[in-house]
Amino acid sequence: MSELNIGVLSVQGDVAENIASTKAALHELGINGNVTNVKTRDQVSELDGLIIPGGESTMIGQLSLVNGSLKKIKKKIEAGMPVLGICAGLILLSKKVKDRVVGETQQPLLDLLDVQVERNSFGRQHDSFEAEISMEPIQISNFSGVFIRAPSIEEIGKGVEVISKFNEKIVAVKQGNILATAFHPELTSDVSLHKYFLQMIKNS
Amino acid sequence: MIPLCGDLANAKGVVKEKIESQPIVRGSSTLKRGFAHMLKNGVVMDVTTVEQAQIAEDAGAVSVMVLDKLPSDVRKAGGVARTASVRIIQDIMDTITIPVMAKCRIGHVYEARVLEETDVDMIDESEVLTPADENHHIWKWDFTTPFINGARSLAEALRRIEEGAAMIRTKGEPGTGNVAEAVLHIKKLNDELRTIKSIYNSGDNQDLVKMAREFRVSYDIVKETAEIGRLPVVNFAAGGISTPADAAYLMSLGCDGIFVGSGIFKAGDAKERAHAVVLATTFWEDPDKVKEAQKMIDERQSILGLDVKELELRMQERGSTA
Repeated sequence: MSELNIGVLSVQGDVAENIASTKAALHELGINGNVTNVKTRDQVSELDGLIIPGGESTMIGQLSLVNGSLKKIKKKIEAGMPVLGICAGLILLSKKVKDRVVGETQQPLLDLLDVQVERNSFGRQHDSFEAEISMEPIQISNFSGVFIRAPSIEEIGKGVEVISKFNEKIVAVKQGNILATAFHPELTSDVSLHKYFLQMIKNS
Repeated sequence: MIPLCGDLANAKGVVKEKIESQPIVRGSSTLKRGFAHMLKNGVVMDVTTVEQAQIAEDAGAVSVMVLDKLPSDVRKAGGVARTASVRIIQDIMDTITIPVMAKCRIGHVYEARVLEETDVDMIDESEVLTPADENHHIWKWDFTTPFINGARSLAEALRRIEEGAAMIRTKGEPGTGNVAEAVLHIKKLNDELRTIKSIYNSGDNQDLVKMAREFRVSYDIVKETAEIGRLPVVNFAAGGISTPADAAYLMSLGCDGIFVGSGIFKAGDAKERAHAVVLATTFWEDPDKVKEAQKMIDERQSILGLDVKELELRMQERGSTA
């Protein structure tokens, strides 16, 4: 394969951190690739892989709907493009979402990942936490999990593989070409999850 | 990876405990500053009621800031401006899903404690309220909840970060509908960043020490900031932003996001304007989209605005010498 085109959805949230982590991961793996900001429909078409970063899922969903990129992203993922959803990205990929306090939300979703997500599952910012987690099915251990007003996954469908749990709560899953985490790998210096995602793109 | 320069080891606000048998850490700089990173490229809107908070969320705000009065009303009312009613903050937290911030008075440690106990997501130690301590800001390292502070210059920003602020915003001149002061403050900060970066690149450590003394901050934080060439925390624009074009302009000056105070809910077209400001902030690089956003508002409905030179109360000067 020639150079990989990896995009980070740049509507809102911690885009720059994901670009930095992806570049570092490319470098460590010795793979050639471009990492770019993706904001419009047209930019989505050219991608080999997409990261939907952390941020506010309600906002990212609404604004991606405005410029038509949400639809385009959905089509690309359905056609097999690997996608990594982080926190807000996990929420956007899901089929069903409710908030711990407010209940079911009416926000726009990509409706692809067969899970039910609970938003703000561990509480508000005061309860945000760091903890060591393990992602055994993808051979990553001793990973620093940064959970910021994080969601968790309450129910999973048949095709969904659990990648990581924190106590009894599911915090990372994989369904075919979709990888999603409730925590923020881009806020740490460990790029092993981004490396794993690049391998997914390379093998797709 | 996010910059952690100026981080204080063993800060009181860092809590090490267990959830079931798993050890966890709360209140670290990664978590506090990381939270601010999630707000980037977004709009935080000042609100005083549940209805306004709902409009803000529906419009695509990334967070709301709860006040008792909007800044322009604080100006009109005079007297002492204090933190918002706990009950209103709680009602808003029970209604919307986006993060909720609230303001406390500069130096008022116990308004901040009350807000932390109320479980707001971020505390704004704000010059919009009447300062409780003219000589000291809150020592924010003692808190697990992250803080944001206003700044008019790099020196002020770094002093606040050394006290534990996890996010910075320009002060601007709140409640005026006049964006000129916010522009002045971000340009000053950018100029000063360029200055310390060029000193750093020249290898003249003595000059960098001189800057640290001028700024009244440690040499280390000046050096590390110079090295990365930007503030080590997220930096938003605030103070006087009223229109989509105002928001886009400040984004173009390098701000990470936007606070809108009186600009939305003091305008006659709050709903449309809230949405339009979000659109302009997201798509600021595309003037055509900003035009579309600007088209959604009616200039005759904008807050009238005040000439900053004629103000009796300059909120931006509060707490700036400390």
